[in-house]
Amino acid sequence: MKSHPLLRLLDRGSTLFLVLLGAFAIAIPVLNLLMPDGSFLHISTYFVSLFGKYICYGLLALSIDLIWGYVGILSLGHGAFFALGGYAMGMYLMRQIGTRGVYADPIRPDFMVFLNWPELPVYWYGFNYFAYAALMVLLVPGILAFVFGWFAFRSRVTGVYLSIITQALTYALLLGFFRNNFGFGGNNGLTDFKDILGFNVQAPYTRASLFVISALALMLGFIICRVVVSSKFGKVLVAIRDAEARTRFLGYRVEAYKLFVFTLSACMAGVAGALYVPQVGIINPSEFSPANSIEAVIWVAVGGRGTLTGAVLGAVLVNYGKTYFTSGFLAPYWLFLLGGLFVAVTLLLPRGVVGTWQWWMERRRASAAASTPATPAAPQAAE
Amino acid sequence: MRFLSDRLVALLLVLVLLGAASGARAASFNEALTRFAADDYDETEAGIGEVAASENPMAANVLDALQDGRLLYGADKRIFIKDPSDRLLDAASGRPVAGEAPPDLETVRINNRLRRTIDAAIGALTLLDPDSGTRFDAAQAVFKSQEASARPALEAAIAKETNPKVRKAMLEARAAIVLGASDSPDADKIAAVSAMRERGDQDAVALLASLPSDTSPAVARAARDAVASIQSGLALWNTLQNAWYGLSLGSVLLLAAIGLAITFGVMGVINMAHGEMVMLGAYVTFMVQEVIRTRNPALFDYSLVIALPLAFLVSGFVGVLIERGIIRFLYGRPLETLLATWGLSLILQQAVRTTFGPNNREVGNPSWMSGAFEVGQITITYNRLWIICFALAVFVALIALLRLTRLGLEMRAVTQNRAMAAAMGIATGRIDALTFGLGSGIAGLAGVALSQIDNVSPNLGQGYIIDSFMVVVFGGVGNLWGTLVGALTLGIANKFLEPFAGAVLAKIAILVFIILFIQKRPRGMFALKGRAIEA
Repeated sequence: MKSHPLLRLLDRGSTLFLVLLGAFAIAIPVLNLLMPDGSFLHISTYFVSLFGKYICYGLLALSIDLIWGYVGILSLGHGAFFALGGYAMGMYLMRQIGTRGVYADPIRPDFMVFLNWPELPVYWYGFNYFAYAALMVLLVPGILAFVFGWFAFRSRVTGVYLSIITQALTYALLLGFFRNNFGFGGNNGLTDFKDILGFNVQAPYTRASLFVISALALMLGFIICRVVVSSKFGKVLVAIRDAEARTRFLGYRVEAYKLFVFTLSACMAGVAGALYVPQVGIINPSEFSPANSIEAVIWVAVGGRGTLTGAVLGAVLVNYGKTYFTSGFLAPYWLFLLGGLFVAVTLLLPRGVVGTWQWWMERRRASAAASTPATPAAPQAAE
Repeated sequence: MRFLSDRLVALLLVLVLLGAASGARAASFNEALTRFAADDYDETEAGIGEVAASENPMAANVLDALQDGRLLYGADKRIFIKDPSDRLLDAASGRPVAGEAPPDLETVRINNRLRRTIDAAIGALTLLDPDSGTRFDAAQAVFKSQEASARPALEAAIAKETNPKVRKAMLEARAAIVLGASDSPDADKIAAVSAMRERGDQDAVALLASLPSDTSPAVARAARDAVASIQSGLALWNTLQNAWYGLSLGSVLLLAAIGLAITFGVMGVINMAHGEMVMLGAYVTFMVQEVIRTRNPALFDYSLVIALPLAFLVSGFVGVLIERGIIRFLYGRPLETLLATWGLSLILQQAVRTTFGPNNREVGNPSWMSGAFEVGQITITYNRLWIICFALAVFVALIALLRLTRLGLEMRAVTQNRAMAAAMGIATGRIDALTFGLGSGIAGLAGVALSQIDNVSPNLGQGYIIDSFMVVVFGGVGNLWGTLVGALTLGIANKFLEPFAGAVLAKIAILVFIILFIQKRPRGMFALKGRAIEA
């Protein structure tokens, strides 16, 4: 049975996800801006930014799910692309501070004045224009992923080896960005932002707009991922995941497919980072730490790899848990919980929450229809 | 006070040796003292020289007092020393002043020029100290100051010196003085230059590079030649020093990675909790030392020997638990193993943090591991030396275990062909658990060694995990020799890059190099060949 491409693109789960996300994107700013302060329905700006942060994590998780869930590339360095996007946005925001910095230098950010840098380094040029910064948000992670993937996929570095060198990549960047002479603010990173496109980053309206933009970006990212995975192209990706050698023997240019998806995924992670920075107000080298990237992978595993919706859900759930646990007296137990989550999900729930739900629904439908056994939606192979 | 009395004894000895002259000298000592009463800088300087030359037992005391502003003079030109407990001594006799202190005592003033003179004079006096270490230090001080006034004392000391090391230092000090003085003959200066060339260190270069401007061309040429020769010698030593540091770093990497070479290399399990096994070993060392400190401090030197088997057992036991509890359900799914063991590492870290606290715990060095000795121009510390030996010993023992024992044979059989091994009657599950336990136990041994050079904190393991993976992947998975060569290569490469690039950039360069290397040889330096690796 051949269905309309649009129907294939937006199956029931995806439609539900987009509708829910859209509803959130409208409801939260409305409740934040229009409800009076004391009202029971009012949502504080703090929560708007918090949810905005989760949405950005969701987009990062989506980008990981695209390559891990559908192509079997486990990147332990996706935090690097996220952070690079964040730094590109941070550089724009730094340039917007202008004379309002501590040293009131119109061109150089405070840390450069502090370090006695005579002038702005060349790679900071152009970051006073938003359009240029936005382009860099896509280009810098994209080009890095393209070059990295070009070498790695052509020489058929796969599986664990790829995971380890992606980790080495983000670790090398971490060490580099910690250095003052790299020109990115050293271990303090970039912070103290004032304006974005002329609007005060602290103002509730700006925060609400950033939230809406993040939600829109997530929807767009989700639709792009759906387009990729529900097309014929996506079928090849799954084939690569399940049997890379066989796909190659069938005549597909495996490395070209992988390279395209890997670069796309890195660009999405970069956008997520760029939206994340104005909402949390800081970007520093710790975003490059390998632990962050691994944590992002577990969001996907919790939600269910190869489900897209699950990745976003996992990111929001785990991060909500993190916020909840690390703020109270339970803080010392958060790492036990997070560690336990890693172990429990891989052992007991290899399909993740959404994956298990889909699998269960399909089995029920299959037994109800008593037709040919349905293939499970969740991935079976590990690599 | 013992030091002072030693010095007095030494001076007395000199006094006896010089015999008859001493009567006259005593008089000159008293005369010299009166010069201080003038409180005039030039007079004081003359006084310092005379006191130093007088060989009077009180000379060192007087000069010390002068340096510290404790030398006083009265209206009657008598000189007194105020000792640190505010007692007043007569400078000429050294006896305490009886009764009331004389009124109107003034301090003998000194300036910076005089301070240097005093230092040199004291240095010259200590050249005759009975303790060879003190004499050596004194000779070094003279070498640094190039104080010409110390020369007579130096010559006297050289004549009497029997310790070859101290004598050499004194000769070098004399050479330094000769080179600094414009009036010494060229032949002496050239001899001095060759003494410097023999010394062959950075100080010698500095000294030869700053000869007085009126040095004759012949001496200057000799000095230039000597500097060139010293510098090429120094470059050689520098290379050796870097190689030594690199070997040391390589042995640390080897220790950290060798357990991983078993769990990851042989079994194919991505054990992200490997670093935490190392950490457990370090904490076992800490606990052993705590028990020894409270129960039986005499055993402290054996603490590491006691800790080694315990650390192996603790980490190995935890490893067996992990394998039986988690990893055996995940064989064939390496990426899932990675996540589960990462989760475990978080749990273990937090468990240690809640038990022992988040701060660094102190682990001491036993006496046989502290200290250092010198080989030529490089310093070798005992703890680094022992760690290199230990790393190699662990490596050899592990190779022997895998090659020569039945357990090793079974381990290799299960790794190469699980189904066939099972068919031959090997309990593969038991072997899996033991292999993983062995890898973890070795990580525990590494922890004991690393506790000696690193901070013992819950984050100890995190610092090694990425490096360990790099070493194993670089060397070639499944090949212990590859791990050895990989660790030493990376260690030495890192240390040779550091002088040019700095520590952090060197590390980044190494990471980038490994990333590129993996592209070229995706299975590491010594890859296993055959179909098995395609699985």
